[in-house]
Amino acid sequence: MTQPLLQIRNLSVALPKGADRPFAVHDVSLEVRPAEILCVVGESGSGKSVLTAALMGAAPKGLRVAAGGALMGGRDLLTLSERQWRDIRGKDIGMIFQEPMASLNPALTVARQIEEVFELHSDYSRAERAARARKLVEEMHLPEPDRILKSFPHQLSGGQCQRVVIAMALAMNPKLLIADEPTTALDVTTQAQVLKLIRELRDNHGHGIIFITHDLGVVADIADRIAVMRRGEVVEVGSAKQVLTSPQHDYTRALIAAVPSLVPHDRPSAGTEAPALEVTGLNHCYGVKQVLHDIALSVAPGRVLSIVGESGSGKSTIAKNLIRLTDPTSGTISVAGQAMLDLKGGALRRMRRRIQMIFQDPFGSLNPRRKVGPMIARAAMLSGASRTEAVTRTKELLELVGLQSSAYDRRPAAFSGGQRQRIGIARALAMRPDVLIADESVSALDVSVQAQVLDLLADLQKRLSLAVVFITHDLRVAAQISDEIVVMSQGHVVERGPASQVLTRPQHPYTRDLIEAAPGRGAF
Amino acid sequence: MKTLFPYLTKPLVLVGGVLALGWLLVAILAPLIAPYDPLQTLQPLTKPMTVGAKGEFFLFGTDMLGRDIFSRLVWGARTVVIYSTLATLTAYAFGLILGLVAGYAGGRTDAVLSFLANVVLSFPVLVLYIVIIVVIGASPVNIVIAVTFSSAPAIFRIVRGITIDIASRDFVKAAITQGESTWRILLVDILPNTTGPLSVDFCLRLGYTAITIGTLGFLGLGLPPPTPDWGGMVNEGRSMAIAFPHLVIFPCIAISSLTLGLSLLADGLREVNDAKERQA
Repeated sequence: MTQPLLQIRNLSVALPKGADRPFAVHDVSLEVRPAEILCVVGESGSGKSVLTAALMGAAPKGLRVAAGGALMGGRDLLTLSERQWRDIRGKDIGMIFQEPMASLNPALTVARQIEEVFELHSDYSRAERAARARKLVEEMHLPEPDRILKSFPHQLSGGQCQRVVIAMALAMNPKLLIADEPTTALDVTTQAQVLKLIRELRDNHGHGIIFITHDLGVVADIADRIAVMRRGEVVEVGSAKQVLTSPQHDYTRALIAAVPSLVPHDRPSAGTEAPALEVTGLNHCYGVKQVLHDIALSVAPGRVLSIVGESGSGKSTIAKNLIRLTDPTSGTISVAGQAMLDLKGGALRRMRRRIQMIFQDPFGSLNPRRKVGPMIARAAMLSGASRTEAVTRTKELLELVGLQSSAYDRRPAAFSGGQRQRIGIARALAMRPDVLIADESVSALDVSVQAQVLDLLADLQKRLSLAVVFITHDLRVAAQISDEIVVMSQGHVVERGPASQVLTRPQHPYTRDLIEAAPGRGAF
Repeated sequence: MKTLFPYLTKPLVLVGGVLALGWLLVAILAPLIAPYDPLQTLQPLTKPMTVGAKGEFFLFGTDMLGRDIFSRLVWGARTVVIYSTLATLTAYAFGLILGLVAGYAGGRTDAVLSFLANVVLSFPVLVLYIVIIVVIGASPVNIVIAVTFSSAPAIFRIVRGITIDIASRDFVKAAITQGESTWRILLVDILPNTTGPLSVDFCLRLGYTAITIGTLGFLGLGLPPPTPDWGGMVNEGRSMAIAFPHLVIFPCIAISSLTLGLSLLADGLREVNDAKERQA
């Protein structure tokens, strides 16, 4: 057996007094060997990011390493001074972060940034630095290396930027690579490519890699060994196969069970009911750029239509048009037979209640200054309820979405992300809408919370016979909730049909690519 | 209050609070604190800590007209507190309303209002004051008008910026899709979320206004004499400041201590706000 590259021994990182637990990371022992990918999986608050930060000698302010060590090449990383760290970072340990754009300096060209790493850590000549930078860019499978080298970060796509970041991390050929959610900000097809690249690094160069992620699908695709973290502790560690197929700890089992399946449920086929929402010939231009091309949609009461697409596909623009935050360039939108786009002023305000939205960001969608109860009751009153009716309806809704009645007098800050999303749902339902738009409404949530909110939505939708437009980038989520799926790419609908048909017998090559790229396809 | 308390115990914030509240108390209790009538001629140009011919005690001495400087400072505090608060409040009324409207409406409304604000802001402040006061004359009301006119545009810009930021958040979009009226969105969803940064600015601006009123007084454009006015006192004592430094030192200390107090308090408020934001 090969010698471990990095040995973490009983590492604890203390949280400041008054936090909800004494340690951010408690008594963690892990090992990484050469040519091995160790995935650290956990939900938000599991301490996985603090763990990596501590390993990079950059523990967040206010946190300190309370006990333990991290041995690498006979040295304990945690005892190094800032000077010694600067020498090790980039040379012995490479790092990749979540936001590729934020990791690059927007004012320097790609070539300049990669060469800078050599300047810091080597005495290569100018020509050699340039040659090595070019070779790295080629190894990252970046198209047109010469153009990329001359480009500034804003001229590249997210996936290209992330590959540049990886190139920089690899410049000095470090033995250990630490990647903190490196593909989370990328589209699925790009993610698949970056994951492939990372596997190549392991196979061809023998890097030891610590890969932090919340996404079990990604883990299934890439991990050799898995460590599952919860509330600062490693609850389970083992080979990928072992952890994924016969998990020992209840928490691991729950996590795996919460991953939505790509196989859709059987759904009754569409009835002949009049559609609650009908969209025809929708075009939208920003200036000269057309972002929506002739979109047609139709959702019957009690049915869920998912719009699936990657960033830039135009799916969010559709949402904004539907709730009339922006008006389309041309087309029609009608809700329960009433044309929406002709309405203005008071008539529009009265119609707005019939089509409500659940937003993506549970932290931005609730006014932090307002108490939850009055916020929901206000929505009820705007839909025509009297004050007493509104209060009763609010209390019913809080119960319906699974919150305690004490929530009525609290402000949003008192709730977790999942709870806030429930409040957002209650607020939308308080208006008794015909159509509910959910724009990436579960994307910001942890997988276990995501499953609960999805169940809640599915249940409410059936009970209240709502027409739902569910906008998502996540095929798994779409598979679980939709009756019909519309696949969008670059402003066009490329495929539509019943969920089971689109997911199991995709017709369009783009749909096939998307399904191919869905992480963990073999495992879940 | 629970969140405020730890900051009030910080030494600098505490000093700021004591200074600012101290001057407020002095202003309120002026008739009780001041030993003499601020306008009464007693004995000209006595040094501080001296006893007058009729047995009066002059803590800070007297000026060339024989008025007790301590009493004038105490009554002067009242002038400063009243007029700077009044002027800052009216400036805020204009800046806040126009800033909310411009930031939320955007487009042409915003362009016009921002242009006007920039025109006013492009004048050197002091020149602006002088022009306004010279044109409309020196009186308490006119000082309030001059300060309002010159600081409202700065407040406008701050409020406009915050409004644009908050208006882009999802909870405002949610309110729009619920069919909420525009004025209610401004008052319920946007305005309450601006109070954090604005309370800091209000505190600082109160201090600046106190300086402004002092400056106007010093330039002879302030409250008409013989009203006790710190800036005016510095101006009157200026020519004799070398022989009788107490004529200018005490009013200067008064102006700077009030401004310093408000600035320190503003820093404290900022920390409270930051802590709150981290929590949320």
